[in-house]
Amino acid sequence: MAVKKEEIQKKVIDIVVERMEVTRDRVTPETRLIEDLGADSLDIAELVMEFEEAFDISIPDDEEGVRSVGDAVDFIVKQLEEAGE
Amino acid sequence: MSEGRRVVVTGLGIVSPMAPGGPDTWEGIKAGRMAIRRIQGFDTSGHKTKIAGEVDEFGIDRFMSNKDARRLDRYAQFALVSAGEALQDAGVEFEESEGVRAVKGGISAERVGVIFGTGVGGMKEFEEQTCRLVAKGPSRVSPFLIPKLMPNACAGNIAIYWGLKGVSFSASTACASGAHSIGLAADSIMSGRSDMVVTGGCEAPVTPVGVAGFENLGALSSRNEDPETASRPFDKERDGFVIAEGGAALVLEEYEHARNRGAGIYAEFMGYGFTSDAYHITAPDETGEGPARGIRLALEAGKVSVEDVGYLCAHGTSTPYNDKIETLAIKKAFGEEAARKIPVSSIKSMLGHSLGAAGAIEAAICCYAMRDGVIPPTMNYTTPDPECDLDYVPNAAREADLKVVLSTSLGFGGHNACIVLKRI
Repeated sequence: MAVKKEEIQKKVIDIVVERMEVTRDRVTPETRLIEDLGADSLDIAELVMEFEEAFDISIPDDEEGVRSVGDAVDFIVKQLEEAGE
Repeated sequence: MSEGRRVVVTGLGIVSPMAPGGPDTWEGIKAGRMAIRRIQGFDTSGHKTKIAGEVDEFGIDRFMSNKDARRLDRYAQFALVSAGEALQDAGVEFEESEGVRAVKGGISAERVGVIFGTGVGGMKEFEEQTCRLVAKGPSRVSPFLIPKLMPNACAGNIAIYWGLKGVSFSASTACASGAHSIGLAADSIMSGRSDMVVTGGCEAPVTPVGVAGFENLGALSSRNEDPETASRPFDKERDGFVIAEGGAALVLEEYEHARNRGAGIYAEFMGYGFTSDAYHITAPDETGEGPARGIRLALEAGKVSVEDVGYLCAHGTSTPYNDKIETLAIKKAFGEEAARKIPVSSIKSMLGHSLGAAGAIEAAICCYAMRDGVIPPTMNYTTPDPECDLDYVPNAAREADLKVVLSTSLGFGGHNACIVLKRI
């Protein structure tokens, strides 16, 4: 099954917009969760959980590569591709 | 103790099922309006109990965004809103100068504390996340669960929001939590450790598990068909309390500090009596000795005589046991003859019983009562009970020149807390 990156990106941005209560124009793949949106550790924990639930994946607690919205999208795409293989 | 430090009430805030805010809640109580209704917050079809005192829109958005409010359980939202109203009512503003936060025209924020009570804490959040655990597994339990359910989240969030850096903790003594918090807050000021403390109590127990727990304990009224008459303290036909939610905050302040910044003063906090029944975890000691000692200790601490007491704001839950034993305790404390001369009423007849919030709501109402010279009524009083034979101010508010009032709170666990306030 091919993973559609655009769809995943849209869904990730939807979640970030809703949970962080920011306007959509503030959220692009380059947007950094902590530095640009002011997320704290609890926000990050909640976002990770939302991503896990939305995409039915598991994100390890020590996953440190996810800083921006784009990082999250790439991580999810990779996970889904591996799961599809 | 720093001898001579006096404590006054300079601000009030209430979140109640009656109306938004302290002034409108007081107006409703003076008019004898009922705030009990069929539960709207959840589906009660499986519950025996279908009535409660529920809070409608209470304006959390005046203080924080949705995103921030989602981090607080409903119970702590009540605390935050009532505390905000009380600080505004007290005319307290803050300023920062060279990194030091202080009350405008007053002391450093390091001398301002928060002592806030709750009987249970974040029950709603705990229930919702427990359901998620069962339905979806542990990995789906919210990271906000712990910071929302913890019973000190009320005090912690008030301190964080207002930048209050002095003493800060929560007291938990079931239905006496509010009164205990107020007494401890006054202590902190009298002893010289604080100059101002935001205190009070809050509770949001009208949840599926909360209501089921209390109904299975046999504590709740079964008058589902007539919600407005269900809470009937001291009446012979009473059959249990009506569970309710809410919160109230008082700004307590050292007298000279309040005067120097030109604050309005509702009342002086005179003293308290804290005792324990040391008897049973839910049932009161039938001798009434625990609350009677509490009342006597409060009068002694407040240096007021029995004749000075113009009104006793009773715990008066509307359970068969409480009202009978509280009546006995009042008679033991004052003596039969003197007790019959003191007006005693229960505002729970209108608001229901909001557990850890109740003592704080009642203390705030006592302040309004003294200011306006009006004693709140006990509504739904129709059939006298030979075992409850005091003046309960039945069914209509009464004008009276009130100088000293006493408020009693009696909690599961045998915790008794009585406080004395005086008009100055």
